[in-house]
Amino acid sequence: MKVLLQLYTAWFKMGLFTFGGGYAMLPMIQREVIEKHHWATEEEIMDYYAIGQCTPGIIAVNTATFVGYYQKGVLGGVLATLGVVSPSVLIIGLIASLISNFAELEIVQHALMGINVAVCMLMIQAIANLWKKSIKNIGAFCIFAAALLLSLFTGLSTVWLVILAGILGIILSKAGWLNHE
Amino acid sequence: MSKLWILMLEFMKTGLFSVGGGLATIPFLNEMGARYGWFTTDTLSTMIAVSESTPGPIGINMATYVGYTAAGPAGAILATLSIVAPSIVVICIIANYFQKFKNAKIVQMIFAGLKPAVVAFIAAACLNLFVSTLLHAEKDLTAGIASFFNWKCILLLAALLGVKKIFPKVHPIAFIAAAAAIGILFRF
Repeated sequence: MKVLLQLYTAWFKMGLFTFGGGYAMLPMIQREVIEKHHWATEEEIMDYYAIGQCTPGIIAVNTATFVGYYQKGVLGGVLATLGVVSPSVLIIGLIASLISNFAELEIVQHALMGINVAVCMLMIQAIANLWKKSIKNIGAFCIFAAALLLSLFTGLSTVWLVILAGILGIILSKAGWLNHE
Repeated sequence: MSKLWILMLEFMKTGLFSVGGGLATIPFLNEMGARYGWFTTDTLSTMIAVSESTPGPIGINMATYVGYTAAGPAGAILATLSIVAPSIVVICIIANYFQKFKNAKIVQMIFAGLKPAVVAFIAAACLNLFVSTLLHAEKDLTAGIASFFNWKCILLLAALLGVKKIFPKVHPIAFIAAAAAIGILFRF
C-alpha cells in the first residue's frame, strides 16, 4: 500500500516539474527513481527508454509504467502512470478554462527561457553521468557516434535507429568490441 | 455516437499507433480536428505551444487540451486516460516478457547496442535545446558575431553549473524554480 502511494506521488512530482518531452525527465528520474527510491538502476532506465522508443505511446508514460510494474505489478504500473499524467490534467484544465493566451504572456515566456537554461544544465549533468556508465569501449562509442549523427542530420525515424542499434549490438558483441555482460 | 465515446476511441487509437513519443501524436490530433470540427489548425498550434510551455510530458498535455476543447473537463480526463490505456497494456506485457528474457545472451547483446544509442538520442535532443536556448539562430551575422549568442542565458548556464558543482545535492526542482524566477526578474 505504501509503495503504491509512493509510486503515485513520486511520478506526480516528476510530471509536475518536467518541461519538455520524456528525455527532459531524466534528471528527475535519476534523483527520484534511482537515488531516492531505488526502484531501478540507471542501466534499467536506459533499457526502458529504448523499449519505450519503439513501442506505442508517450515515452514518459511508458517509463512510468515499466517502473511501476516491476514494483507492484499491473496496479503499480497504472498508479505510476496516473501519477505522471495527473499534473497535466490539472494544469492544462486550468489554463484551458481561464487563460487561453497563456503561451503568449510575457511573464510566461521569460520564465520559460530561464527554465530552459536550467534544463540545459541538468541535462549536461545527466548525460555526463550516462556517458561514464555506458560508453566504456570502442563498440559503444561507434554506436553512440552513429546514432547521434543519424538523428541530428537525417530524418530517419528513431524506431529504425533503435532496430539498427540492436543489430549492431549483436554484431559488435560477437566481434568482441562491445561488452555485453 | 456521443462525443465522449468518439473521443475515447480516437485517443485510444492515437495511443496505440503513435510510436516515438509525444510529437508523434500531432498528425492524429490534426486529423481529429479536420474530421470532427472540434478545433481548427490554428487552435491546434496554440494547444501545442501551451503544451510545450507547461509542465508534464508534451503528448499528455496535448491530449488533455484537445479533450478539454472538445468536451470540457470530462473530455480532458477521458482523452488522457484513453491515450495512456494502450501503452499500459502493451508495456505490462513487454515488461513481463522482458523480465524472463533479459538474461538471455542474445537479449543482452541487443541491449548492449541500444544503451549507447539511447545516450545519443538524449544528447541529440539536448543539442537542439542548447541551440534554441543559447543562440539567436535567427540573427544574421552582419550584426556581428557577438549578437549570435544569447549572453544572458549562457551566463546563467555557467552560474547554474557552478552552483551544481559546489552543491551537488541540490534537487533539480530547486534549479528549475530558481531559473524561472531569474528569467522573470531579468526579463530573459
